[in-house]
Amino acid sequence: MRAYTPKDNVQKKSYYTDRFWVAPQVAKSAVSDDAVFAADLDAIKAKFDVLDAYIQVDQMVVVIHANDNYAVLELLKNEREYTQLSEMSAIDWLATEGKFEIFYQMLSMAKRKRVRIKCKIDEKEAIQSVEKLFRCADWSEREMYDMFGVVVNNHPFMKRILMPDDWEGFPLRKTYPLQGDEFAAWYEVDKIFGKEAREIIGPENRDPARIDRYDTKRFARLGHEVPFGTDISQGEPDTPLVYQEQKGVFMVDKFDTQKSVVISDRHR
Amino acid sequence: MAQHQVNYLKDGGLPVALTTIDKVVNWGRSNSIWALTYGLACCGIEMMASGASRYDFDRFGTIFRASPRQAELMIVAGTLTKKHAEFIRRLYDQMTEPKWVISMGSCANTGGMFNTYATVQGVDRVIPVDLYLPGCAPRPETLQYAVMMLQQKIRKEPASRAQKPKRLM
Ligand code: SF4
Repeated sequence: MRAYTPKDNVQKKSYYTDRFWVAPQVAKSAVSDDAVFAADLDAIKAKFDVLDAYIQVDQMVVVIHANDNYAVLELLKNEREYTQLSEMSAIDWLATEGKFEIFYQMLSMAKRKRVRIKCKIDEKEAIQSVEKLFRCADWSEREMYDMFGVVVNNHPFMKRILMPDDWEGFPLRKTYPLQGDEFAAWYEVDKIFGKEAREIIGPENRDPARIDRYDTKRFARLGHEVPFGTDISQGEPDTPLVYQEQKGVFMVDKFDTQKSVVISDRHR
Repeated sequence: MAQHQVNYLKDGGLPVALTTIDKVVNWGRSNSIWALTYGLACCGIEMMASGASRYDFDRFGTIFRASPRQAELMIVAGTLTKKHAEFIRRLYDQMTEPKWVISMGSCANTGGMFNTYATVQGVDRVIPVDLYLPGCAPRPETLQYAVMMLQQKIRKEPASRAQKPKRLM
């Protein structure tokens, strides 16, 4: 990620250099600052290894070992009143650390607190499903598998959820190109017409700025429409807007303004 | 005739019109274009608005049908994802000849702003398109204009059954 540069006076600059907004790190504080979180953390620490714990934006973040995930969530749900799993997914840190980060965002309506449980797994490693604890994890885990390729053990229906079943690759990995790899580029052609149709249909146009002034096969210039494939390098004729053919249409009346009446009294 | 003082030869008197079969068939076809309900994304909202009372597609004889068997026009209104591409092809194949396609909005024309792995970059990669309708989203008036252009196109075509079926390849 790019280094963070102050943006206090960006309005005064004539151009903007950062391509994307780079969020500054929010300050962390110790868990002992908050009595409710401190008690929760002690309960987790009593049974499990805690690698790191801090409070960030009023939420406690606890980093644990990946194979404790089910047990920690069970403890939080059954004993610490964190009865909702509001969100879970993975983050791709393969480039920097060679690992995926899995996070579980928990909410306690009784305590009005949010806790985030994080753990890291290797690329080929699988993680235990928490679907037995929270039904909502069913689709979240499928999405995690679909987008990152993180396999979830003991899931009742481990299958892609958004992409087609025969899709190759995991689109939310940082290494996946935004405009798709070779498989994605030809997916619909291969599937509908077969690989031999690739040459006839041709590659996708991925350049949104591509304009060919004399191309009459894709788009016509409005008001200068010509038949498909006409050579217009020598100029093209004007075509006025027409709603009907000049001579009128068989059995269809043309609207005649002379015959129309403007009603001024709506109660007449 | 003399009794009733009706002059059958005056225009509108005799309930018979003389014309060619082509003209009659094309008149029928161009004024009863039944469109397949095919809203795929936000453009679908504009398509629905065109069908509703304010813009009133029914006066062109364009009525939305929920079955491809009863439709002859497919208005592809919205973003076509790669997952959906095979289904649009299947629905197109299920429509009976003669059939026409309007590609409505930037997404259907070229993929639009979704220059990503999951979007088909223009429906014309999958089905043959008759009219491209620019805009994001095109207003209902634009869609009506497109339908009127399509009516003109239909009236120009020969109505014989030996019509060349359109094929992408
Ligand atoms: S062209 Fe615009 S309005 Fe239409 S489907 Fe695409 S994004 Fe939506």
